[in-house]
Amino acid sequence: MRASRFPRIEQRVFWLLVAAGALLTAAGLGAAHRIEERGHAVTGMSNQVVWGVPHVFAIFLIVAASGVLNVASIGSVFGKPVYKARAPLSGLLSLAMLAGGLMVLMLDLGRPERVVVAATHFNFRSVFAWNVFLYSGMFAIVTAYLWTMMERRMTPYSKLAGLAAFFWRFVLTTGTGSIFGFLVARQAYQSALLAPMFIVLSFGWGLAVFLIVQSFIYAWNGMRLPPAVQTRMARLLGVFVLASLYFVAIYHLTNLYWARQHAFERFILLDGGTLTWLFWSGYVVVGSVLPAAVLFSPLPRGRRAAVVASGMVVIGAFAQLYVFIVGGQAFPLEIFPGFSASSEFFDGAIASYVPKLPEFVLGLGGIGAAFLLTAIGVRALHFVPEDDFLTGPTTPATQD
Amino acid sequence: MARSSPTHAATAQRITLAALLCLGGMFWPPVSRAGGERTPLPAILVEGGGHCLAPAGEMRRRHPDMLKHQRDRTVHLGERGTTVNLKECVACHASRTTGSVIGSDQAFCQGCHTYAAVQLDCFECHSPKRTTAATSGPAANTIAISARAKR
Amino acid sequence: MSPTPNDTAIALRRALIGAGAAALAGIALAPGIRLIEVAQARDPKRVASGEVRWGLLIDTTQCEPGCRDCIDACARENALDTPIDNAQRPHWIRKVELKEIRTGRAASAPVMCQHCADPPCVDVCPTGASFKRNDGIVLVDRHSCIGCRYCVMACPYKARSFVHEPVTNQNPDVPRGKGCVEGCTLCVHRVDRGQTPACVDACAAAGHGAMTFGDLNNPDSEIARRIRAVASSQLRADLGLDPGVRYQGL
Repeated sequence: MRASRFPRIEQRVFWLLVAAGALLTAAGLGAAHRIEERGHAVTGMSNQVVWGVPHVFAIFLIVAASGVLNVASIGSVFGKPVYKARAPLSGLLSLAMLAGGLMVLMLDLGRPERVVVAATHFNFRSVFAWNVFLYSGMFAIVTAYLWTMMERRMTPYSKLAGLAAFFWRFVLTTGTGSIFGFLVARQAYQSALLAPMFIVLSFGWGLAVFLIVQSFIYAWNGMRLPPAVQTRMARLLGVFVLASLYFVAIYHLTNLYWARQHAFERFILLDGGTLTWLFWSGYVVVGSVLPAAVLFSPLPRGRRAAVVASGMVVIGAFAQLYVFIVGGQAFPLEIFPGFSASSEFFDGAIASYVPKLPEFVLGLGGIGAAFLLTAIGVRALHFVPEDDFLTGPTTPATQD
Repeated sequence: MARSSPTHAATAQRITLAALLCLGGMFWPPVSRAGGERTPLPAILVEGGGHCLAPAGEMRRRHPDMLKHQRDRTVHLGERGTTVNLKECVACHASRTTGSVIGSDQAFCQGCHTYAAVQLDCFECHSPKRTTAATSGPAANTIAISARAKR
Repeated sequence: MSPTPNDTAIALRRALIGAGAAALAGIALAPGIRLIEVAQARDPKRVASGEVRWGLLIDTTQCEPGCRDCIDACARENALDTPIDNAQRPHWIRKVELKEIRTGRAASAPVMCQHCADPPCVDVCPTGASFKRNDGIVLVDRHSCIGCRYCVMACPYKARSFVHEPVTNQNPDVPRGKGCVEGCTLCVHRVDRGQTPACVDACAAAGHGAMTFGDLNNPDSEIARRIRAVASSQLRADLGLDPGVRYQGL
């Protein structure tokens, strides 16, 4: 049963949460400072693996930020009332995670003080240069979208804003996938499949994050999510998880068909040690099969089932990104086809990458920033989903 | 809510605080007291003889723009042997003892940059040390550079 | 206290920062416009010419396995020495020991930036710091490099290195520093003086004769005559990048 009043979260707990988020963010900033001061020598990244754990965190946050807006899009663009009530929270989460992800990305730059250069000098053949506009445009559009939802006069425009956000999000995530898809040199990446794959991955990861955040907000506010809503969102997450698995399967199967990709696929799927284990146990089992089983299970599930499944999806996301980003770099470049190569620059050798603490702390700092922004935003802007927010006669069934 | 006017005690406190800050501020940067001047100045050593490309005041104002303009031409177009040339600047301005333009607050570049609190980025990549014998400074193109600098 | 030139500079700086948002578009356009106007005004002999295309020819049949003359010369010339470990140390050139898988034939080749005509590193650089000069040399403008390492990901030859540690004792002709990406410059500072790259010099001085440097566009240059006479190949020619470095004996 839904309480008719929403008791506010206890002051103490809120400030504790803010303190935790601020501490995590500060730690991330501290790690970034250390990396900038001493150089990337203090990290585990090297000339073989130049993008490491910080990028795993950053790309997860950015891709999930795009996907979490799905909830709002389903409400505004496809007109589903249950999702419409959740749109403001989804928009806030999108902004917060995008901010957190970009924070990590920019702080990991070799010269973070030069973001001004990045914002003023553009090479428009580069996806990164387009991303500067796509990401800042995303902030603007989602802010405008939130505004149309919050301001009563602007509510008629919220469908238009939602449409714009939906379209922009597709372009943005295509851009994120194309960062890798446009790289001709690496066997892991030279694929047009990556852009749509990232879009589908974003759906699953975004919804998973949304379900987790929503459940915590409900729990801390003494609210209960109506089971019908829960089931719908859980089933949707299940669909996204399976769709993602499909794309990843196609990616690997196609690679397996080409003789020239055999060595790489063997490395990822069989020989790669930690990477192989992460792919199979992390992404496939924990990140896809188990959650799908839970989410589609016809057996009665506890209230927590969807959240646990979402948590597993997030774990699988990190595993998949780690395998994708680090594995793609660890496998040596094929400079001399038909030859086996060796050199002191690790030609022909699988690169080893052992992430160090500053990288994890920096990545977690991004999560902390996203958490902080979300916590403050939800509290200040009353973004807790209100299912009587709707103006129409439709209300979700709340039978227990 | 009406704002109350500050009491005498509060005013006295503020004046004392301001005075202390000013006093403290006077001792902060590496400044010279030469000639009984009230205005602190950076205490750099200008050891090179001869002329720079333009008068000192103009060089202080315009040297970032001059360097930035020329660096794009040198790097992207391959323009060499130009009047504005960081290596030449360093060769002339480097300290006689340390051979560098950074390393202490008396050093030519670092002294003023510390004083003005402007990050000195150049020598993260460029060598701050003199390698060639100091020249007396090219006199050619001084007028052209001054003219452009005044734009 | 009368305003000193420094105060004026400070006030001017603040005003510029305040007006930064409005000036962004102008700043983005300005370098391109100024370069165009400069290129047309300058004496063509004083800038890199588009008529020249610098290239290297490497005769791997003259490369001894274990010979490091070119590598050591490059490290000396560009002051690449650093105490950090090998995985994070920059490599502008390295010797790759090869063995043909099906035949067992051994070969040895130095690999450096291939100075492609259509460089993927230039395509992916967000700020345009990675660029190709008129004469074909692919360089990193460290004034614009933000250290994102996208070019390191994009290069098919692993030519680019990221500087992981603070750098001191640079060669004044070769500025390089922490946080930027770098790679073989074909010793552009020497080439612009009319000399040859340090690796080529060292190889010739040691008498191996494995490396030839020259103008690929000049049919009378030694390198052009050699590649007309003896078969040579480009690394990963299938990628269509048209590198300026060619290899014989592979």
